[in-house]
Amino acid sequence: MITIQQLSKRFGKLQVLDDVSLTLLGGECVALIGPNGSGKTTLIKAILGMVVPQSGTIFFKGNPIGRQWEYRRDIGYMPQIGRYPENMTIGQVLDMMRDIRKMPEATLDKDLFDVFELHNMLDKRMGTLSGGTRQKVSACLAFMFKPEVLILDEPTAGLDPVATELLKDKILAERSKDKLIVITSHVLSDLDDLATQIIYMQDGRPLFHKSLDVLKEETGADKLGKAIAKVMAKEAAGKGVTV
Amino acid sequence: MNKIVKYVIADLLRSRTVMVYAAALLVLSFSVFSIEDNADKGVVSLLNIILFVVPLVSIIFSTVYLYNSAEFIELLVSQPLKRRTIWLSIFTGLAGAVALAFLVGVGIPILLYAFTPSGIMLLLCGMLLSVVFVSVALWAAVRIRDKAKGIGLSILLWLYFALLFDALVLFILFQFADYPIEKGMIAVSMLNPIDISRILILLQVDLSAMMGYTGAIFRNFFGTGWGMAITTLVLLLWVAVPVCFSTRFFERRDL
Repeated sequence: MITIQQLSKRFGKLQVLDDVSLTLLGGECVALIGPNGSGKTTLIKAILGMVVPQSGTIFFKGNPIGRQWEYRRDIGYMPQIGRYPENMTIGQVLDMMRDIRKMPEATLDKDLFDVFELHNMLDKRMGTLSGGTRQKVSACLAFMFKPEVLILDEPTAGLDPVATELLKDKILAERSKDKLIVITSHVLSDLDDLATQIIYMQDGRPLFHKSLDVLKEETGADKLGKAIAKVMAKEAAGKGVTV
Repeated sequence: MNKIVKYVIADLLRSRTVMVYAAALLVLSFSVFSIEDNADKGVVSLLNIILFVVPLVSIIFSTVYLYNSAEFIELLVSQPLKRRTIWLSIFTGLAGAVALAFLVGVGIPILLYAFTPSGIMLLLCGMLLSVVFVSVALWAAVRIRDKAKGIGLSILLWLYFALLFDALVLFILFQFADYPIEKGMIAVSMLNPIDISRILILLQVDLSAMMGYTGAIFRNFFGTGWGMAITTLVLLLWVAVPVCFSTRFFERRDL
């Protein structure tokens, strides 16, 4: 559904994305992992057209995104840090998004809105919300318009355990509907239940792109965390570094 | 586009700064007109304050607003919206709100005390000037990522247009006093929207007699239909050019 070809992005002297080529298909839940500053968020922002790459192309359903904007109708994005106008209330933010996306009320997906019980705090201003509540609003907005692609940047950061489980259930439900879900997270145990494919980014390029099962088989580990640790250890050994 | 304009204006009105600005202008204009008994004298007194305050408030307020709504802009960019639409809507909302505040704050006293050609000209020029400086603020804010630097630049720009430019013009005038530079002065005055407004309003008040030979040349140029048309066009260019450049820059910017 999304094809990335030789994507490169530099911020000043810093090479954030270095010749990235990836193919992401529907029905998969792709976990994008890697150390801080490895280019995960930049890659996501490039897909959303928020960051303009120096070279390379991104194809969305076969069409290059260039400076297009219509394709974003099919993407639900949950940012790492949900930032909203401080003076607007939750209700106003939801209304505004509905207004922008122009979807009939009846076809909206309000599951998360209901399970997170946001209807109790529609009048609260965004500026007064806790980080977790903001995340709930972001999650709600990402899923509300039934997009074909969901891009979730650190979705569980800041959420309480109950909300995390509710969100994970929702992600699993959407995965079974043949949607493409891209998640970045540092909480590997969360990804264990969700991801079907793993992309490991380092220094702006994907080190590997494998399905979770293959990765576990190769490393002989039963958990994603252990598998990644083993890969990293092997990588370090290959470079002649003792861990 | 209209939707975003609506939300920008709603957001601006909630922040109350625009309301305070309108109220301050209202108090200022009323007090000026109640001190001066002659309407034209009132307009001239008000003119000097307005040419100072309006650009300052328009440019600083817009720059601060743009930096503070970085989140809002980021949110909009991730939605299925054209970047050009987002940017132009923000401009329309900001310019509309600031110009409206001016219209309310200065328009009501003018309607009551000085409903004369000079008063109406003051109103029109003030509104256009508000929009010009919103437009300049947009350009400053899009070029510079750092909030403090961006606000610094907009203060510098205001200083340049409100004070430094006139000082430079005076310097040139004295240096070339022996040469016939009157026509050139008209061209030079076009480089500063505040100067254009000042000349346009002063000519309506008939104070041009006090401006000597240059004043007569100005009268000949700005007093005619063509002169007015060109001046209006130049003021509109002062709105359009910065908006145009900032839009082009915003379309390619990383967020």
